[in-house]
Amino acid sequence: MSAPPDERPPVTVLQAPVRLDYTVTAGHHLSTYLRALADRKIVGGRCPECHKVYLPARGACPTCGVPADAPVEVADQGTVTTFCVIRIPFDAAPFPPPYVAVAILLDGADMPIFHLVRGIEPDAARMGMRVRAVWVPDDQLGPTLASIRWFEATGEPDAPFEAIASHL
Amino acid sequence: MGANRCAIVGIGQTHHKAKRQDVSIAGLVREAAARALADAELTWKDIDAVVIGKAPDMFEGVMMPELYLADALGAVGKPMLRVHTAGSVGGSTAIAAAHLVMGGVHQRVLTVAFEKQSESDAMWALSPKIPFQPQLTAGAGGYFAPLVRAYIRRSGAPDDVGLQVAVKDRLHALKNPYAHLRIKGIDRAMVADSPMLWDPIRYLETCPSSDGACAMVMTSEAIAAAAPRPPAWVHGLSTRSEPVVFAGRDQVNPQAGRDCARDVYTQAGISDPRRDLACAELYVPFSWFEPMWLENLGFAAPGEGWKLTASGATALGGALPINPSGGVLSSNPIGASGMLRFAEAAMQVRDQAGEHQVDGARRALGHAYGGGSQFFAMWIVGRDRP
Ligand SMILES: [Zn+2]
Repeated sequence: MSAPPDERPPVTVLQAPVRLDYTVTAGHHLSTYLRALADRKIVGGRCPECHKVYLPARGACPTCGVPADAPVEVADQGTVTTFCVIRIPFDAAPFPPPYVAVAILLDGADMPIFHLVRGIEPDAARMGMRVRAVWVPDDQLGPTLASIRWFEATGEPDAPFEAIASHL
Repeated sequence: MGANRCAIVGIGQTHHKAKRQDVSIAGLVREAAARALADAELTWKDIDAVVIGKAPDMFEGVMMPELYLADALGAVGKPMLRVHTAGSVGGSTAIAAAHLVMGGVHQRVLTVAFEKQSESDAMWALSPKIPFQPQLTAGAGGYFAPLVRAYIRRSGAPDDVGLQVAVKDRLHALKNPYAHLRIKGIDRAMVADSPMLWDPIRYLETCPSSDGACAMVMTSEAIAAAAPRPPAWVHGLSTRSEPVVFAGRDQVNPQAGRDCARDVYTQAGISDPRRDLACAELYVPFSWFEPMWLENLGFAAPGEGWKLTASGATALGGALPINPSGGVLSSNPIGASGMLRFAEAAMQVRDQAGEHQVDGARRALGHAYGGGSQFFAMWIVGRDRP
């Protein structure tokens, strides 16, 4: 007896999950930076040639090629250089949109880090806005930038454009 | 250039679409390659080597797809090279192929680039969970929107320049039968009313997700002499890259892009690109990148690119048409997008662009960028033998 004809549409695409497990070896410079975060400190490295402060410290300054690792603690507050209001929903989003993703030049650093700003209306985000870190409670601190939950406005006057112009 | 001449004698591309469910990845690349071979009136067995590129393997989840694509591309038993340079890969793949000819290694090289975004999830692949960090990435738009904001602030450009590019490139696409987005009645209001995704970038100011492939056949001068149609000649080609982060980096107008452009102009003997080039195909995945690249590539002084766009000069019929094909804003098979820029530039100087042809185009620029605005690939092609 023959099977009845299969009237279902042909299979053209198969969705399959992909995963990759791996172990990260942080290395000396990244470990120093991450351990400091567990201690509510932000520690970078200064290049002996161009004197720029990198976060984290670098085995080689991208400009000079020499270790940029003289330890420097920078402030946990800084200036928003530029930002994006994320309004598109996607699976990995940390919050329901809209939310504000920013580049922040921490006081004492020479390159921006990326993080989130909360506690303001998205439309109130500005280039030059002064922000400070909101740390997680002590029992949640760990060797990760997630020890900073997000940044919030300090209420100080905005920094002038000249202060961020060469960091865009 | 101190190298052998290189001619583009065959060009092929697929009709770019959201979903090409009628073909596998192998079918997609073969379609573009077969069209390039037909244009060159060559056969699979005439080809000495194949150079292939695509964006990161994580997109479709097929690791090293070039291995399984060797059959579809007639590459079994022949040298095959895979190129990886993120979004600029289509451009750097074409350059790697041209180098094989210019270095005298091979006489006839087939180059192909592709993406099948319908079997992929680029938003997922570009929003990875990075160790020791909270979730900060939000796709390509999340990365590039802050740079667009920085450009607008720095240049003082009026807010509507992005809208203008979005409309212009989609009007161009209506003249290109291969384009993915063909939006009837596209106008400024339609773009302005589309949802804000990555503020300040709206939905209609971004590129689509496309399935598509592009291919070219490149040959030595001796082989090109027997080509059935006039070839495009390589007048200059170059790649540059820079780290994604360093202190004082200019991300809006990256040094690697400026250096790459200078190199390619020097090779081609171009002193004023705005005067000496008939048109350019630039990698513009978000509308504001047109004025940004006009400055980076020396078509306009820093801070002045938006004025060139606002003047209408970059539309078909203007003094410097940018993306006559409709560009990445109209078709974005990511890995192929850079090669499409290179191929469309070559089509212009071969008088092969049909309705979106720039009259009498003698020299044209093809441009691609990738990563965090850090990888650049460019070539200048011309109607005349260099
Ligand atoms: Zn240095």
